[in-house]
Amino acid sequence: MDMKRSYYEDIQLLDSGTKKFWFGSLIIILLIIPFLIPGYYLHEVSYISINIIVAIGLNILVGYTGQVSLGHAGFFAIGAYAATLLVKHLPFFPFIFALIIAGLIAAAFGFILGLPSLRLEGPYLAIATLGFGMAIIQILGRFSVFGGRMGLSVPDIGFLNDLLYDSGLFTKTQSRDVNLYYIIMSITIIMALMARNLMKTRIGRAFIAIRDSDIAANSMGINLTKYKTLSFAVSAFYTGLAGGLYAFWMGFINPDSFDFILSILFLAMVVVGGLGSNIGPVLGAIIISFLNLNLQADSISAIPLLGDLLTVITENWMNKGGIASVSIIIFGLILIFIVLFEPLGLFGFWIRIKKYWKTWPF
Amino acid sequence: MQIMSNFLEIRNLTIWFGGLSAVDDVSFDVKEGMIFSIIGPNGAGKTTLFNLISGIYQPKKGSVTFLGKRIDGLQPHQICKLGIARTFQNIELFSRMTVMDNIMLGRHNHMKTGLIGGAFMWGKGSSAAREEILNRMAAEKIIEFLELQSVRNYFVGDLPYGKQKLIELARALALEPRLLLLDEPSAGMNNEEKQDLVFWIKDIQKEFNITIIMIEHDMKMVMDISDRLMAINFGQKLTEGLPDEVAGHREVMKAYLGEDDIAQP
Repeated sequence: MDMKRSYYEDIQLLDSGTKKFWFGSLIIILLIIPFLIPGYYLHEVSYISINIIVAIGLNILVGYTGQVSLGHAGFFAIGAYAATLLVKHLPFFPFIFALIIAGLIAAAFGFILGLPSLRLEGPYLAIATLGFGMAIIQILGRFSVFGGRMGLSVPDIGFLNDLLYDSGLFTKTQSRDVNLYYIIMSITIIMALMARNLMKTRIGRAFIAIRDSDIAANSMGINLTKYKTLSFAVSAFYTGLAGGLYAFWMGFINPDSFDFILSILFLAMVVVGGLGSNIGPVLGAIIISFLNLNLQADSISAIPLLGDLLTVITENWMNKGGIASVSIIIFGLILIFIVLFEPLGLFGFWIRIKKYWKTWPF
Repeated sequence: MQIMSNFLEIRNLTIWFGGLSAVDDVSFDVKEGMIFSIIGPNGAGKTTLFNLISGIYQPKKGSVTFLGKRIDGLQPHQICKLGIARTFQNIELFSRMTVMDNIMLGRHNHMKTGLIGGAFMWGKGSSAAREEILNRMAAEKIIEFLELQSVRNYFVGDLPYGKQKLIELARALALEPRLLLLDEPSAGMNNEEKQDLVFWIKDIQKEFNITIIMIEHDMKMVMDISDRLMAINFGQKLTEGLPDEVAGHREVMKAYLGEDDIAQP
């Protein structure tokens, strides 16, 4: 039931006590996670968190504005290289500014890539953006300032490292992971809330209006050129900033880490999560990066229920390449099943669970 | 210098698609404050005329002058900013936005919040939130005027056709235009809804001081509210004048009824 009493409640972030409670609990859980789970998994959580930023950014473009992009790995790469070079060559430059500048550089490229979107739609735009993504890694691979094919090592951002180590709770390696985790997680939360705010304002409405009917949006005073390119730029900013975080997380970058499969993974996160919702891309990024990390060739036997069977099949019937591909086949099947049975993606599941709890026990 | 230029002047407006001329040398004037209706059979070029005025199509010949300023050749969003709003014949709403958000979209150019301001919309006191609340109040007035309270938080795509037509009108009103182009506003409405609509359109003319150009097939409604009437067929203007004159015009009857059905004098 709708029981709102003021216009502010329409745009408020936490409009009910229940939401405040869950949001508070989430923040507390995220704060204490480093003390609960081992370092390797913490590293994984950070990786998932980076992908959440990308998914939120890509969702602004694909889910809200209705423009497709298969080139976001390009923005991710631009952000990663920009942040790395800034921190490498300007040692006293605060990493947070490096991240923002990396995002802005990616946004500039996003603006340029947005220009053809005024004339291209659907599959044509997909191909144009795909071309962009593939060209970027070729360019990066050819210049020595970018480290060529060999790539670049990324300096450590020792923001809280010493503090964490001195506390005596963590070893030296652990404190690097914990430090990164806190940095990445706080940035993710801020970026997620900002995206959510933005979509509640006139700019967000203009994006959605373009998606639903660009003719009507144009006739209602929306400048299509401005808002389509703006959507590309905002989306690229998110992706570029996440790219910078990825560089710090990985400690090493080379062009091959940003091939077009990564663009498709990003798009899958948004589609599987649920296009045009706030929570969807977060869920999508979590499940897809989790599967991507844990369905590696050497962990087939760890897959629940089917693990042993799959190991036997791969060892008896497949060559080495085949073994590696099994994980991708399973990955593909999961994607097909989610999209087939819940067209709204994980967001649809989320709504159903919420409804179930609200009406429980009926 | 002209002392009293017309509110809207259309001169020799012409457009053709391929070999077919959709609007052919049409001229007319609309004075401020009137309800000007356009009638004509299907495919006569009425909607094309609207698309030319609102900038969706560019005319091949002729001119559109609004408040003394040439507006042909401008983009739709620029024309909108000058104070011309429109509705669409085949509903062009934002179907996966709520009724409220659709109307708020109409207020886009009355608001200023930018990227940074929007992202930093923390708390009630932020400038973005204040502006948002003010404009929601303005939107609420339109919701009350058109009696849309019961559906304000519904997704537009889930509503019946007649209601959707009304929301298009609400969204256009939210722009606070000087000139409103209504393309078959009563299509898909039942008699009761049509009666309400007649009152609303009269109110929009009188109380909001908005000049209206309306395309409409319901002749009862057209005769009821129009100050002036124009009939077109095959993209050409047949006649223009007071409603009674036009409705009794021979060419108009021919266009609607066919040559044989008119009794020879």
